[in-house]
Amino acid sequence: MKRWPLTGPGLTYLTVFMVIPLGLVLSYAFLRRGRFGGVVDEPTTENFTRLADPLYADVVLHSTWIAALTTVLALLIGYPTAYVIAGLPRRRQTIALIAVVLPFWTSFLIRVYAWIVLLSGPGWLNKALRAIGLGPVDVLYTDAAVVTGLLYAYLPLMILPLYASLVRLDPQLREAAANLGAGPWTSFRTVTLPLTVPGILTGCLFVFVPSFGNFVIPELLGGGRSVLVGNLIRDQFLKARDWPFGSALALALLAVLMVLLLAQAWAARRYATR
Amino acid sequence: MRHRLLVKMPFWLTYVFLYAPVVVLVAMSFSAGRSPYAFEGFSLRWYGELAGDDEILHGLVNTLIVAAGSAALSTVLGTLLAVGAGHDRRSRLLDAVTLLPAVVPDLLLAIGLLVFYAAVQLTLGLHSVLLAHTVFGTAFVAALVRTRLAHTDPSLEEASRDLGATPLTTFVRITLPSLVPGVAAGALLAFTLSVDEFVIAFFTAAPTEPTLPVVVYSMVRFGVTPEINALATLLLAVSFTAVVAAQRLTRTTTRGAPEAIG
Amino acid sequence: MIEIKGVSHRFGRTRALDDVSLDIGEGEFCALLGPSGCGKTTLLRILAGFETPDVGAVTLDREDLLSVPPHRRPVNLMFQSFALFPHMSVERNVAYGLERERLPRAAIRERVDAVLATVGLTAYARRKPHELSGGQRQRVALARAIVKRPRLLLLDEPLSALDKQVRAEMQLELKRLQHEVGITFLVVTHDQEEAMSLADRIAVMNAGRIEQTDAPVTLYERPRTTFVAGFVGANNLFPGPNGITAVRPERIRIRNRIGGGKGGNDNDGTVEGEGERLTGTVVDVSFHGGTSHLAVRVPGLDRPVLIAVQGPSRVTSGEQVSLSWPPDAAVHIPASIPASTPVSTPASPIEGEEP
Repeated sequence: MKRWPLTGPGLTYLTVFMVIPLGLVLSYAFLRRGRFGGVVDEPTTENFTRLADPLYADVVLHSTWIAALTTVLALLIGYPTAYVIAGLPRRRQTIALIAVVLPFWTSFLIRVYAWIVLLSGPGWLNKALRAIGLGPVDVLYTDAAVVTGLLYAYLPLMILPLYASLVRLDPQLREAAANLGAGPWTSFRTVTLPLTVPGILTGCLFVFVPSFGNFVIPELLGGGRSVLVGNLIRDQFLKARDWPFGSALALALLAVLMVLLLAQAWAARRYATR
Repeated sequence: MRHRLLVKMPFWLTYVFLYAPVVVLVAMSFSAGRSPYAFEGFSLRWYGELAGDDEILHGLVNTLIVAAGSAALSTVLGTLLAVGAGHDRRSRLLDAVTLLPAVVPDLLLAIGLLVFYAAVQLTLGLHSVLLAHTVFGTAFVAALVRTRLAHTDPSLEEASRDLGATPLTTFVRITLPSLVPGVAAGALLAFTLSVDEFVIAFFTAAPTEPTLPVVVYSMVRFGVTPEINALATLLLAVSFTAVVAAQRLTRTTTRGAPEAIG
Repeated sequence: MIEIKGVSHRFGRTRALDDVSLDIGEGEFCALLGPSGCGKTTLLRILAGFETPDVGAVTLDREDLLSVPPHRRPVNLMFQSFALFPHMSVERNVAYGLERERLPRAAIRERVDAVLATVGLTAYARRKPHELSGGQRQRVALARAIVKRPRLLLLDEPLSALDKQVRAEMQLELKRLQHEVGITFLVVTHDQEEAMSLADRIAVMNAGRIEQTDAPVTLYERPRTTFVAGFVGANNLFPGPNGITAVRPERIRIRNRIGGGKGGNDNDGTVEGEGERLTGTVVDVSFHGGTSHLAVRVPGLDRPVLIAVQGPSRVTSGEQVSLSWPPDAAVHIPASIPASTPVSTPASPIEGEEP
């Protein structure tokens, strides 16, 4: 069967609507901004020298920190959860997994909105805290709120790959470890954990990538006080109309992600068992 | 046993974390008052206001148009792509092309398309969102159909050829039917992702033609409104029904297969 | 050394073990033989500590073993699937158990090297399990278990995962090793050949009970229950007024009725010493190289009588034949032994017993 009549339309479409647009962003990063938005055909590297400005470098660093914190927390919460799910009887595993994903199928924005209601001063978190005799906390519009929102939005993306790698694990390996003298903790540390490293890496990537480029959650839950690289890029395109600088920022974001992706691929290969 | 309870603690806390916001939203959607922080008697008032909110209805209609259109286009393009690659698992180009939309942050694709539409002087409208959503839709359909294709037994096609069928007959009678679940799953995924997609729609929709997520975004930005609680409850009900229906459907199709004994 | 006393275990409604008792002596090579689902794997898992029986006691050197958690038992298991750690090299797999004992590094090194030499895998020490053949993986699994110098080594279907040629080799290897290391071996298998060739003593299990424990030859020649007679060596069973008579296929003589022509086993044509006589029709003849197997349908018997003769058969399908056997070939099994006739034991309660 000839391939081109089949693959042709799809490949053309993706080239026009994905590869060319991304190429445009790449090239705009090396051009000067036009007076009323847009670009002028004058090659320059000044967009990248601006990136080194502590003002912007700090934003990139801060974004990395927030995304990394979210990822680590998601792993710490997600691993035990996935571990318990993988140990349930078959039927209940399915129910538990659906329950993890179900909130995910409401609107993303509504899930973020829910946390405004929960975290704000007179909100439900403080109501609950007061009920157990703890003082009110002011969480909304802080980094803590941003991390909570990101965690809530992307936790299922951590749990699913972890579950997949845990459920694939041959239960006899744990028995073998016990048989050779390993207690439950040692068996976990020496057998279960190393064998689920690929799942951990995938989960971390799935959480880090959307957290890093996010601008909705920092805006709604960080209240503009917490400017991340995503907000900066959006503002360059929709407010400041500085497309070249926005493109340079986007490339910086992409560069960080590529480094992570390569690191992930390298680590995954190292821990591959076959 | 104390030990087991300790191990299960994080498990239950995770579900509390996942469902506390949902429970609050659903409960407050039936509150008569405007405050989202106190339940002031049962009422369906916000559902009424939601049904009468032209902005939300407009957004909903736009979203359904975009989702249906991009899902249809994605299904055709994605299925052709996957079938064109055939059982060839080592199609590097296809791997790259179908992986890219999953790896590239949505923000990057959004600004790329904004810049591209400006460069080709395409006026923004609903069509611009539809075309944009077809990018990731195609990639996901292709990925799902390829997975399905990889799991089908190539000897089935060989058997068909061996029994005297032409390549075309083999494709129509043997290959295509076995792909149907993958195609259906892909179409459904493309539709669902489009319905909930915000970032790309935010950049590529005309201000006069916002999709539902864009409408919700502007509502949320300008303060909390109980109408959103009602909307959240309805969306949750729809997805819950869909999940249960899908569960039932897969169970009836796999019935008869022996269930593994625990 | 190991004493199993009155052990019973249930999984839900299914009875996996029913009052099982067995003593295994120091240095013995013992086998548990039975069809799948007979409870042998459950017994093995109880000895390893992965299962706790509902009732009964297991002692090792007169001390209770059941209260000891799996990782503290001087009992090691060679898993049927080998269960090698896929992320560790051969030497790391073998060293794993010694590391858990917190032995000094040098001592571990020394013992790992020694055991790898014993199983002939020195050259493969740094390979990962997926880079090994089935036979090599098995040796790693064995080395990993014996390097701990356990009091009792359990082997779960040790030869089933290997192809025919490697099997024979491994069989010899296991026997040699057992002599060399002097560990007590308990092998679990459904394959009577495997059990016969390896073990000094075999316990035949059926439906959660031990039917007979004896040396291989005794078991073969003097089955004490109909199940053992049927399972070990495919005896023909003839019901009689006060019990059942078991006759081995190669002891039955066969004669062509009409022409007086002679069948395979009746070389000299004499009939002296013949016990019983049956007549029937040959329904199937199959040639297996050195021997031929015949199936003869005898009116009044549910199953065809199986006969093994040397060389090619001289009777063909459809012929009328008469069968006889010398009195010393007939083993009488009294009917009074309960729960041993396969037909009276429902197969369902033991299903799903294998984990």
